[in-house]
Amino acid sequence: MKQGIFTILTNQPLTDTVYRMVLKGDTSAITAPGQFVNIKLDGLYLRRPISVCDCVDGELTLVYKVVGKGTEQMSTMSVGEQLDVLTGLGNGYDTALAGSHALLLGGGVGVPPLYMLAKTLIAQGKTVSVVLGFNTKNEVFYEQEFKALGANVTVTTVDGSYGVKGFVTDALPASYDYFFTCGPEPMLKAVYKNTVTEGQFSFEERMGCGFGACMGCSCKTVTGYKRICKDGPVLTKEEILWDA
Amino acid sequence: MGRLTVNLCGVELDNPIIPASGTFGYGYEFAELYDINMLGSFSFKGTTKEPRFGNPTPRIAECPMGMINAVGLQNPGVEKVIAEELPKMRQHFHKKVMANVSGFSVEDYAYTCERLNGEEDIGWFEVNVSCPNVHGGGMSFGTSPEAAAEVTAAVRKVTDKPLLIKLSPNVTDIVSIAKACEAAGADGISLINTLLGMRIDLKTKKPVIANKMGGFSGSAIFPVAVRMVYQVAGAVNIPVVGMGGVSSAEDVIEMMLAGATAVEVGAANLIDPFVCKTIIEELPRVMDKYGIQNLSDVIGGAHHG
Repeated sequence: MKQGIFTILTNQPLTDTVYRMVLKGDTSAITAPGQFVNIKLDGLYLRRPISVCDCVDGELTLVYKVVGKGTEQMSTMSVGEQLDVLTGLGNGYDTALAGSHALLLGGGVGVPPLYMLAKTLIAQGKTVSVVLGFNTKNEVFYEQEFKALGANVTVTTVDGSYGVKGFVTDALPASYDYFFTCGPEPMLKAVYKNTVTEGQFSFEERMGCGFGACMGCSCKTVTGYKRICKDGPVLTKEEILWDA
Repeated sequence: MGRLTVNLCGVELDNPIIPASGTFGYGYEFAELYDINMLGSFSFKGTTKEPRFGNPTPRIAECPMGMINAVGLQNPGVEKVIAEELPKMRQHFHKKVMANVSGFSVEDYAYTCERLNGEEDIGWFEVNVSCPNVHGGGMSFGTSPEAAAEVTAAVRKVTDKPLLIKLSPNVTDIVSIAKACEAAGADGISLINTLLGMRIDLKTKKPVIANKMGGFSGSAIFPVAVRMVYQVAGAVNIPVVGMGGVSSAEDVIEMMLAGATAVEVGAANLIDPFVCKTIIEELPRVMDKYGIQNLSDVIGGAHHG
C-alpha cells in the first residue's frame, strides 16, 4: 500500500452514469489486476474504494459508476485537479491459477477490474472469453476495449436491447477451464451455481479503512474470517460461504 | 527526557500519541507504512475470552465529519491473541503496548486480563466497559457506577499492571462512574468511547448498518470528548487518557489542556493511515507556536486559574 497524490488527466462519461477517470501518479504499489484504490474527497469523511480498471506506467484508469455523494463528486472533477489516493489495496486476482482458456464474467460496474485482468491473461498467452452483462443497451461500456485486447466478447442485456437477452449466465461459452468474475452479489451467486470449473470472485462491501485495520468489511469463509479489503476482495470459489 | 515525554501510570512514553483500539489492529498494516516504534504506544484490538466474528455487515456508515461502526468486537479470542497475534506484533513493535480487553461478564474480564497478565510487553490494561455494539453485555458495565466498579475490582485482583478503565459517553453522569472506578482500584480512566449513533438510507428506507445502531466517532465528536475529559480529569486523582475525534497536533494539545495525560487517536487512522506519524512530527512546531516547552506541562492546564 502507498499513499500518493494523483493528478486527473481525463474524466469523461462512458454512459449516463459511468465515468472513466485517468490519473497520473505513483502506481508502483499496484501489483495485480482486481486490486482497488481508496480516494479521499473534500468534505467527505470516509475514503471511496474504486477498483482499478487499468494501470500502465504511472497512469491509473478508474471506471466508476455514480451511485452516491462520493462518486457524484468525482464525476464533477476537472482535468488537473488532484486526489489523495491509497493504492495497491486488496489481494487482486491470481492469474497463476487459470488454465489456458479463461472465462471472465462481469456485471455492470463489476466490469472494469476485468479489463486489466484480461490484458494480463492475454499477455500470458491465454485465451480469454469475456461476457459483459448490463441492464440495457445504453448502459453498455468497454465492449470495444475488450475486443481490442484480443478477447472473445459477448454482451448480454437483461431487456434484450443489445447482444444476448438475459444475464451473463445465459451466455456462458461451451468450453473454458477457469473463470473470474465481478459484479453484484445476485450475479455472483448465479455464476457460482452455473459454472462448472474453479474460479475467483471479487466482492464488494462497505469499508471503513480499506487496508485491513478496522474489521468493517469482514466476512466468513470456509477458511475462516476474512477482510474483504485486505484478504479479498477476491475469494476463490471453494472458500466462499454465502450469506454467512 | 524529550519535550514530548509523558508518564502514564508510572510508564514513560516518548510522546502521548496512542492509536486507539479497533483502529490499528495489532499494528501490522501500519508497520508496512512507517516505523510504528515512533508512537508512544498503541492500544491493540479489543480482546475477549472467546473468539468473536462480530456483527453482520454492513458495519460502517459515513456521517458528516465522522463515521459509525458496528464491528462488534471481532477478535480471535485471548488464546490466539497470545499464541499468534502478540508474537507477530513483537516483530514490528518493541515498546509497551496497551491491552484492550472486553467481556460479557465480570468473570470474562478477569479471565482475559489474567491470561494476558504474563505478557511482559503489556504496559497497561485498558478495560473497555463501554462498547455499544454488543447485545446483552458490553454496554451495561459502563453505564452504572456499581457495575463499572465491580469489573474494575475483579480485574484489579488479577493484575499489578496499570489498569485503565475505558468509559462510555452514553451516560447521564460520567463523573460518578469514573470516581467509582477510581475507588475500586483503577490507575487511570480512558475516555471517550464512541457515541451511540444511527443512519438511515433514503433509497432503501432502512438503517445503513445491519446492527441498526453503532458507535459514532471522528472529528465531529471532538468537542464532546474534550468536555468529558475536562469533567473527569477535574474530579479524579488518577491520570486520564483522552480520545474522541483527535486528528491533529492542535487537538492533542487541546485534549491535554482538558486534563489528558496521553491522547488516543482513533477514526483518523482509518482515513489517513499516517496521521499519528504526522501528529508526532508536527507537535514540536505547534508547541513552539503556543509557547509550550514541555508537553507534560500543559496537562490539565485549562483547569487552573
